Amino acid sequence: MKKAMIAVGLALIIAGSAKFLLWPDDDIGPPAPPSNLSQEQLVARGAYLSRAGDCMACHTTRGGLPYAGGRALQTPFGQIMSPNITSDRETGIGSWTADDFWRALHNGKSKDGRLLYPAFPYTNYTKVRREDSDALYAYFQSLPQHRQANLPHALRFPYNQQIALAVWRALHFKPAVYQPAAGQSMEWNRGAYLVQGLGHCSACHSSRTTLGGSNDGLSGGMIPVLGWYAPSLTSDAEAGLGDWETDHIVQLLKTGVSPRATVFGPMAEVVRLSLQHLDEPDVRAMAVYLKSLPGPAQAVKPVPRDNSTAAQAQLSAGAKLYETHCASCHQADGKGVPPGYPPLAGNRALTTTSAVNAIRIVLNGGFAPGTAGNPRPYGMPPFGPVLDDREVAAVVTYLRANWGNDAPAVSALEVNKYRSVPLE
Amino acid sequence: MAALLPGWAVAAPATLHDSLEQRIKACTACHATQEKQNAYFPRIAGKPAGYLYNQLINFREGRRQYPMMTYMVEHLPDAYLREIADYFAEQHPVPPPAQPSNAGAAVLARGRQLVLQGDSSKKIPACIACHGAQLAGVAPAIPGLLGLPRDYINAQFGAWKNGVRRAQAPDCMAQIAERLSNEDVGAISAWLGTQVASADTRPAASIAMPLPLHCGSVPGSTAEAQP
Repeated sequence: MKKAMIAVGLALIIAGSAKFLLWPDDDIGPPAPPSNLSQEQLVARGAYLSRAGDCMACHTTRGGLPYAGGRALQTPFGQIMSPNITSDRETGIGSWTADDFWRALHNGKSKDGRLLYPAFPYTNYTKVRREDSDALYAYFQSLPQHRQANLPHALRFPYNQQIALAVWRALHFKPAVYQPAAGQSMEWNRGAYLVQGLGHCSACHSSRTTLGGSNDGLSGGMIPVLGWYAPSLTSDAEAGLGDWETDHIVQLLKTGVSPRATVFGPMAEVVRLSLQHLDEPDVRAMAVYLKSLPGPAQAVKPVPRDNSTAAQAQLSAGAKLYETHCASCHQADGKGVPPGYPPLAGNRALTTTSAVNAIRIVLNGGFAPGTAGNPRPYGMPPFGPVLDDREVAAVVTYLRANWGNDAPAVSALEVNKYRSVPLE
Repeated sequence: MAALLPGWAVAAPATLHDSLEQRIKACTACHATQEKQNAYFPRIAGKPAGYLYNQLINFREGRRQYPMMTYMVEHLPDAYLREIADYFAEQHPVPPPAQPSNAGAAVLARGRQLVLQGDSSKKIPACIACHGAQLAGVAPAIPGLLGLPRDYINAQFGAWKNGVRRAQAPDCMAQIAERLSNEDVGAISAWLGTQVASADTRPAASIAMPLPLHCGSVPGSTAEAQP
């Protein structure tokens, strides 16, 4: 009897701590300071912030009603369907209060208390201040009611279980509003707030654990399923911005092109839907913050050169192909003619360890995003239909080893892998 | 001064050639003047600008599905797509040669009948009732039908039937595709392939309204049925 009581007592303690660990109480967060914004100003503020958060990108299908949800987000754990966040009371969030909205943004929980999947990047959005959450809430409530029922997620077991999410959250999520760093400028802190919070840059620009936890920081990572590599924003060997002029960073983020590089792939969407709409001082603040990020202390290791006949033959084949297909735009010296044709010499998109981005650009070409600052972008032809895998490998290998670029060779097999990844 | 600016004046930097042709090399790599006559790269040159613009928007908005096209236009603004459409509408390369058909006389006769007269028993209007007596299309939004690869035409009817090619509602071509049997589609594409437009044919400036069916993508089209 006594043993049984001890056992029950222990079980209660374990259950109690499990509850505490897995279902901690919501974090209320600091209250919004008193505001004298009119409702109209609040809505306008929210509209601007929703651009900063790129909410539309996920909460709208191709050609669909704005913010009515339904876009399928592919993850390694299955498919997540973005919900309707218009003001429709039944299918959207029209019945939510500002507190409900804050709870979702800050604590990652739905109105009914369900734990939300972190495809909704609340690990970032938790940093957003209450007054900004309230502005976003006012904006979404102001949207026309679009009646469009939410579609169910299609996640595999055990990822479809709330308990799995609870464990994930215990490991990867702690709600907390952004705390300004002492000793940094207002501008730097504004940039950090936007990058770490609404901008949710780390959702792509960091590696993920096998459980899908985002390794904090902006150290780069392969974007699951989409098959693009989001480069490190800290390492100067990748997309680290330490040696960039701030003006060039601002130009890249706001227009999609710059003297140093052009955005492409998923980042083109981010520029088109989000960054180009932000005020210049905000983009500049983000640039200042990103530029300040310390790179990991790593010695640049030169790539051991392969001097075999086969390697030399591949390089000279690549050089010949470059002259035929690429040099008329990107120039023989690889300097390009920015902003129309980005430079390839010193372009880190080419020299990341994984060559996926360079391979995909050669295979599919594409346009820089059309933005207010660059409304008629130049486009690059797709070479997938013209060059075979061996030829693409040769030309990419050449790009990665010429004009001071120094990255390992690429094989036809690697190229072939990216002929079949989804383009959209 | 040059000494203060390293790299300055060492080599004259290449200048950016600023023309639309240069900007849209990504388009003309496949939709080339030297046309490929291949079902994947149909002739777009000389089609009415409004039609081309609608298609670019349809790819961007998911009403037409071809991943490479969607990928290309996804991030391009309306005004630029309009400019690109206008450019291709003004190109008039020599019409491609006829595509010989071994479909047989009966099939070709059926195709000719559907194109020129339609089939009232199936409520199928003649192609020429909308696409113009010359089958060269009608400005601004109805495409010409000659010079297209047979397989491309077959594939489009398949896509309309499956709902993966759509236009602004009401989608008249989807309704017509529904009424056409696969045999009729084959007959139409076979006969169209045997026809060659003359080099100076241009889209008609206008066509008698109302159209046999209401087409949401055609300005001036109404729900009123043709008498």
